[in-house]
Amino acid sequence: MSNTLYEVGRYSVFIKSLFYKPEKFSIYVRQVFREMVNLGIGSLWLVALTSAFMGAVITIQSAYNLVNPMVPLWAVGVVARDSIIIEFSPTIIMLVLAGKVGSNIASEIGTMRVTEQIDALEIMGINSSGYLVLPKIIAAIIICPVVVIVSMIIGITGGWIAGDLSGVVPSADYLKGLQNQFLPFNVTFAMIKTVVFAFIITSVPAYHGYYTNGGALEVGQSSTKGVVNSSILILIFDYILTQLILA
Amino acid sequence: MIEVDNISKTFGDKQVLEGVSCVFEQGKINLIIGGSGQGKTVLMKCVVGLFEVDKGRILYDGRNFSEMSFGERKPIRQEIGMLFQGGALFDSLTVEQNVTFPLSMFTNMSAAEKRDRANFCLQRVNLENVNKLLPSAISGGMKKRVAIARAIAMNPKYLFCDEPNSGLDPKTSILIDELIKEITEEYNITTIINTHDMNTVMSIGEKIIFIYKGKKYWEGSSDDIMRSTNQELNDFVFASRWMKAVKQHF
Repeated sequence: MSNTLYEVGRYSVFIKSLFYKPEKFSIYVRQVFREMVNLGIGSLWLVALTSAFMGAVITIQSAYNLVNPMVPLWAVGVVARDSIIIEFSPTIIMLVLAGKVGSNIASEIGTMRVTEQIDALEIMGINSSGYLVLPKIIAAIIICPVVVIVSMIIGITGGWIAGDLSGVVPSADYLKGLQNQFLPFNVTFAMIKTVVFAFIITSVPAYHGYYTNGGALEVGQSSTKGVVNSSILILIFDYILTQLILA
Repeated sequence: MIEVDNISKTFGDKQVLEGVSCVFEQGKINLIIGGSGQGKTVLMKCVVGLFEVDKGRILYDGRNFSEMSFGERKPIRQEIGMLFQGGALFDSLTVEQNVTFPLSMFTNMSAAEKRDRANFCLQRVNLENVNKLLPSAISGGMKKRVAIARAIAMNPKYLFCDEPNSGLDPKTSILIDELIKEITEEYNITTIINTHDMNTVMSIGEKIIFIYKGKKYWEGSSDDIMRSTNQELNDFVFASRWMKAVKQHF
């Protein structure tokens, strides 16, 4: 318990240290754009692949479960759309990104720590945590909602194609379902979750990487801790946000 | 000049430095020597502010560094150049970008001015045609030289070198030592080297501080070492058969 409190306290101090005045604003802005390419564009193929199959599976499983003749076939489209928008795209895709982006961030910063590159930044008078981590967080907060919207579009399209090709849900029914009882607030809710998760998948692995102590073995351990802890926090905050906003 | 005044540092229950006082003089090569685990790296890291001291003061030309906040230390940090044991070059940047990095962060130089300064610094450490290479594509000795070029890019007043010869062949070690000596004399800077390389001690050491069990045990010049009767110092410096022979000859 005391160890958890220590980690939470140190994480809070770490987050506070990110917000010192930047040494040179223009360099930070350039870093943000670079990180947006790394985090967003670099993850697009993985997001597209995951979303397409996720949408296909949701559609076919929904059709499989909705066997009651009282339930119209277009309900599959409603279920697929809302499942993808509210839960699967923001949560599952961010969990996938926590694995890809989180391990990348923790190992990059951890390696910089054990090879004294972070010390070199400090010696120069640069706020190392701010310079290395803040652009990643800002980039993720900007680019992740875009990635999640792309995921929603691909997921819904994937469901449509899978339903039509397998003959489980005809196109006309699926499209009718997509347009039925659509609540725009669901997208807003998904974006709120995405921004919170984007902060988690960058700051938590960065924290573990930044406080790496030792060598290659410890860098690997930091990377694992970063991914595991950020994944757990995503699930916890998924519940908290759902309870706060939807309940 | 850097004055270290009665500093102590503990990690948990372990006292790593105890009441260390010394002066690192300007325009001279100041060496911190001692065996592994005796506290010399901790001393250097305390002096540059990577570790906070528990007690005592560190004065950079009279400015009390140990009592300054992170923001207050920035102007002094920009006067410091440091050569790390492994070079600590930024992996994702090319050699030229590594050298121009502090210039990009702290000056308003144009790209052409930064490139000129990088070329000057790289030529100063006898490196040419490596500007576009990544650190992973150059040898250990070249990395050390690039790190020196980066350290002198901002015209530092204080140069810190942590084990500059570790992992280098004897010829490259001598080259690095000579380079540090030339730069110290040329720019009249305060150079502090942390080493246990006896060749460095005897060839370029002008002021030597011997750290043993976290305390300053001895202070003097390389000539004084030969005449020293300090048992711990002699056990450390003349541990090898070659150094024993040198002492007998002396």
